[in-house]
Amino acid sequence: MTMMIERIRLTEAEARARRKRSIAIGLALVGLVVLFYVITLVKMGAS
Amino acid sequence: MTLIDADASVVPSRGVSLAEPGDYVALLKPRVMSLVMLTAVTGFMVAPGHIHPLLGAVAMLCIAIGAGASGALNMWYDADIDRLMARTAKRPIPLGRIERREALAFGLTLSVFSVVVLGLTVNLVAAGLLAFTIFFYAVIYTMLLKRTTPQNIVIGGAAGAFPPMVGWACSTGTISIESITLFMIIFLWTPPHFWALALFKLKDYGSAGVPMMPNVAGEASTKRQIFAYSLILAPVGVAPYVLGFAGPVYGVASAILGLIFVLHAYRTLKMPDGDVKMVAAKKLFGFSIVYLFTLFALLLGEAVVARAWTMVGA
Repeated sequence: MTMMIERIRLTEAEARARRKRSIAIGLALVGLVVLFYVITLVKMGAS
Repeated sequence: MTLIDADASVVPSRGVSLAEPGDYVALLKPRVMSLVMLTAVTGFMVAPGHIHPLLGAVAMLCIAIGAGASGALNMWYDADIDRLMARTAKRPIPLGRIERREALAFGLTLSVFSVVVLGLTVNLVAAGLLAFTIFFYAVIYTMLLKRTTPQNIVIGGAAGAFPPMVGWACSTGTISIESITLFMIIFLWTPPHFWALALFKLKDYGSAGVPMMPNVAGEASTKRQIFAYSLILAPVGVAPYVLGFAGPVYGVASAILGLIFVLHAYRTLKMPDGDVKMVAAKKLFGFSIVYLFTLFALLLGEAVVARAWTMVGA
């Protein structure tokens, strides 16, 4: 069975937007890691 | 099956998102968020309780994200009428930069995230209030009231009035007469604020089919109701001083600002029928923002000074 794969070429604007979104998601994830780490430290300190 | 490949040269792009991070920030209604933050931080700082400063910062972050999430849910549901009004036509969904389902997913994700994190890190009362605030704005106001009754912003105004109560609950874990007073100030402020806007944006709301008070009950009735709400708002604005959780600076300022508010409302009431420029309504709208901002900034300032004074004394 052969599967047809349709490839899409991103325009320059689409590629730029996707890159910015990827960077924003990355930064948000790093922020969450730091946030939860600090919250854990404070909570453990309190107990 | 479709592969997205930046280097492929087979098929030109068709509808891959052009949304940038700024578009998602716009979904959060950052200007509304900033006012929500001011009132929430004020509720938090005025409250007598004490939690770790870092957890306090996390709590404020959760309230900000929760407020933003409800803004995104509002834009998801109202995309059809947003494109009809000049004031909202440049939002990300009407512009075609973000799809409705993306806004829905974004809003729901942030809602759950903000409530769960607030519940786990601060307390369940605050988390419950935040969840109710988001639900009230997205479901009660946006879906049920906005398009059906001219009382939409009277009842829906409660959603904007909850943040100082959430802030207070973050600090104390309770609801009290003081936090209800802060709620009442914003609740009573909302109708004159939005109806003043609706008076000079009458055609916008009318063309979108939103039953705002001026295009249902008429301009004369709206002006009378604006004046009536202003008469109630002015003394309630002074209540924090009377109840003893605000200082004399706030007491004097809130009394003067309340009188000016009533004066603007009176001038709006006396606008002649068929006034096209509506200068008095525009001035009332502008002053209403200054009024609310100043009251909460003063409350916050007094609370910060009082805490600093206590720390120096200790």
